[in-house]
Amino acid sequence: MPHVLTRSLDRGASIFILVVAGLGVLIPLSNLLLPAGSALQVPTYLVALFGKYACYAILALSIDLIWGYCGILSLGHGAFFALGGYAMGMYLMRQIGSRGVYGNPILPDFMVFLNYPKLPWYWHGFDMFWFAALMVLLVPGLLAFCFGWLAFRSRVTGVYLSIITQAMTYALLLAFFRNDFGFGGNNGLTDFKDILGFNVQAEGTRAALFALSCLALILAFLICRAVVTSKLGKVLIAVRDAESRTRFLGYRVESYKLFVFTLSACMAGVAGALYVPQVGIINPSEFAPGNSIEAVIWVAVGGRGTLVGAALGAVVVNYAKTYFTSGPLAPYWLFMLGALFILVTLMLPKGIVGTFTTWRESRKATELANADSADLEDGVGEPKPAE
Amino acid sequence: MPPPSPHSCRGRIVSIHLLDRFRALLLAILLISACVVPTLAGPFEDAVAKFANDDFSDTDEAVGVVATSGNPLAFPIISALQDGRLSADPDSKKVFVTGTDGKIIDAATGAAVDKLPDNAAAVRLNNRLRRTVEAALGGLTLLSPDPAKRIAAAQSVFKSHDENALPVIDGALAKETNRAVKAAFTEARAAILLYKTDATEVEKLEAVAVVKARGDQEAMALLTGLGSDVPPNVARAATSAIASIQSNLAMWSMVQNAWYGLSLGSVLLLAAIGLAITFGVMGVINMAHGEMVMIGAYVTFVVQEVIRTRYPGLFDYSLLIAVPLAFLVAGALGVLIERSIIRFLYGRPLETLLATWGLSLVLQQAVRTMFGPTNREVGNPSWMSGAFELGQITITYNRLWILCFTLAVFVILLAMLRYTALGLEMRAVTQNRRMAASMGIATSRVDALTFGLGSGIAGIAGVALSQIDNVSPNLGQSYIIDSFMVVVFGGVGNLWGTLVGAFTLGIANKFLEPVAGAVLGKIAILVLIILFIQKRPRGLFALKGRAVEA
Repeated sequence: MPHVLTRSLDRGASIFILVVAGLGVLIPLSNLLLPAGSALQVPTYLVALFGKYACYAILALSIDLIWGYCGILSLGHGAFFALGGYAMGMYLMRQIGSRGVYGNPILPDFMVFLNYPKLPWYWHGFDMFWFAALMVLLVPGLLAFCFGWLAFRSRVTGVYLSIITQAMTYALLLAFFRNDFGFGGNNGLTDFKDILGFNVQAEGTRAALFALSCLALILAFLICRAVVTSKLGKVLIAVRDAESRTRFLGYRVESYKLFVFTLSACMAGVAGALYVPQVGIINPSEFAPGNSIEAVIWVAVGGRGTLVGAALGAVVVNYAKTYFTSGPLAPYWLFMLGALFILVTLMLPKGIVGTFTTWRESRKATELANADSADLEDGVGEPKPAE
Repeated sequence: MPPPSPHSCRGRIVSIHLLDRFRALLLAILLISACVVPTLAGPFEDAVAKFANDDFSDTDEAVGVVATSGNPLAFPIISALQDGRLSADPDSKKVFVTGTDGKIIDAATGAAVDKLPDNAAAVRLNNRLRRTVEAALGGLTLLSPDPAKRIAAAQSVFKSHDENALPVIDGALAKETNRAVKAAFTEARAAILLYKTDATEVEKLEAVAVVKARGDQEAMALLTGLGSDVPPNVARAATSAIASIQSNLAMWSMVQNAWYGLSLGSVLLLAAIGLAITFGVMGVINMAHGEMVMIGAYVTFVVQEVIRTRYPGLFDYSLLIAVPLAFLVAGALGVLIERSIIRFLYGRPLETLLATWGLSLVLQQAVRTMFGPTNREVGNPSWMSGAFELGQITITYNRLWILCFTLAVFVILLAMLRYTALGLEMRAVTQNRRMAASMGIATSRVDALTFGLGSGIAGIAGVALSQIDNVSPNLGQSYIIDSFMVVVFGGVGNLWGTLVGAFTLGIANKFLEPVAGAVLGKIAILVLIILFIQKRPRGLFALKGRAVEA
């Protein structure tokens, strides 16, 4: 297994893993070991913020896996993210126990408030971490499997698929807003206390969650990398570039699509599950169609079809968002985000990383050509071997 | 009309209102005195004095006597009693009415009084008395010269079925010439007889028939409220009447749902029809389509603001002015967008989707910056406000106009595509771009105009939607997903599909709503569409041909 994961790591991927791993170790250490106020100490709120970025980066990876490598543009990936988040939120709610405002040992506060006689059946088992963790993978995965099975089998492709995935997350948004749906309605799940016995507010827990998010990001990166560099990945790229031709060559296109779509949904679910304890709340607005589209633009900015780019795009766009929305420029943020959408699609279709790679390759090619022509003009020596 | 008084405007309106009431009262008195034996002054004054006893049963009795006395002071006294403006001096047994204008009169004589005695206290009411007072007032307004007021009074008698009102109803019924009012009086009379203990069985059976013919919710409430102490024949008649009213009501609620569905369908169609052009004909996913609708609504707002400040008389024509303006503004913007963004993205639908989404964010924020984030007030012109009743359902004029307007837009658009040169070129470019170009059609010009047309129609939709929805920067967002659903469901590249899709979804939604609730109904529709697309990925009316994959 490790061999599969680490096979064919190029330079960019190695740098990415080293950087993420370094940050995942150094930031928690600096936060915990250095005295507060020291220039090198990372404050706790920043640790939580970076943890959030790491979760977004996993979500971006999951979108890039299907969009960048298989041509499936899902405008509903926020739904899988939020479902994973809700599964984790349910575990955290059950951990509150009798420390809630109403002090009910079984029912979460909002259920007492809404006069639930007993725990709804789908809340059973969420007091156990292993069950919640399983659900984090299973619920988004199952939804994606059913949805994808129906959609790909009937050959719903392109923008049609985008539009119905958007309708899917919109329908879930409406459903989770309902109080009688049993997930806290408008307010969602919040006011968490413990995760696995550790206080979610504590610095140590936050640092550990950040480190875990970085680990998950590396793992997700390696899994995506393993998929796209395998033979399976070659078929996926073929599907992206010429779906009918791939089908006529005898590949079962829908099975490949279904596999990668489900895998991607599970990854998005994990991202959501790591996100919730770090931000302390999950509510239905996570299902908003706008969120899912925003996640797509992270990938576009970083470079679709490059895994490093997707993660980088998520961090860059979200850092910009944090920076601008907290300053005096807040009213202009939506202008910038909108302009980003337009400019990236018009001017930078390969994203930051894609453009950089192309630029570097073309420079190398010109250098080589120049060297060749110089050699030829001088009329001495042999052409250098290509690197 | 009264002579212009130096009072403030508001004061004058109140005094005119009062004067009207007095005139109505005088007429009522004339009518009553024509058919009822004129009462002596004695019992009226005794009755008025009873208000001073501060005893609920005395007050009750007094209300009954005063209301049927025919005295011109009856109406002021009882309405003053209702509003707590009737006060009594327990020592001198004198009762006073404080008018709404602050003038005080002696209730028994009508003579003006300077000020209330020191120990005068307001006559108190309890809930039972309040009902009596209401019924008495209803009886007094039964003789109002205004037919609408008479009908309203008859309705309140129908609900209260107070026996005391029977003589007045009988009298009024004999005099009545207006058919609608007469019917209302007959129903009110039937309601009273139904509950009157000493009415004969024949009378009661007739009454059941009348109430059954009325056939609405109130009639059913009246019949179900009937106690067990009625003759068995009447009880049987009432039971069958209830059953028939129930089935009648069920039928009308179907009609009502169908109407709501048509209305919602017309709104969906209006929002989606522009999209059917850009998405259906050109294959361009325009996520900023909703924002074009919003811009149309804001054009309406600006037009109304200008009219309000400059030419208030033209307010009723504001929408007629706004429609072409909205078309031009949104259409011009559409052409601009096509030239600056969309044309670089042809053949890359997913990128178009993202770019136009970004555009929608920019447009929303631009409108938010210019007009503020809150809802802006857009008024209904007089010909669009109000409602009329059709059987048991109420139809509002604005919904009806929107339905007509939508169909008109649809027909015009269809005719435009079919019969004009631009329409011909649009269809040619859609079907085979290269061949069209070879025939000398300037395809890029046609693209720009088509996109402009779709956007312009979205602008027009905004004018209509401003009449029924909040005009805010988020207006467009609430329609975009629904519009896409309509176009995808109806089938791309086919305006008829859009029409059928919009009305099917509208009606299905409204029939699901009573069963599942508004939100669940909507979710059910979304799920059904998602499943439907599995069955027919190209929509209800798919284009047939070889162009399976573009």
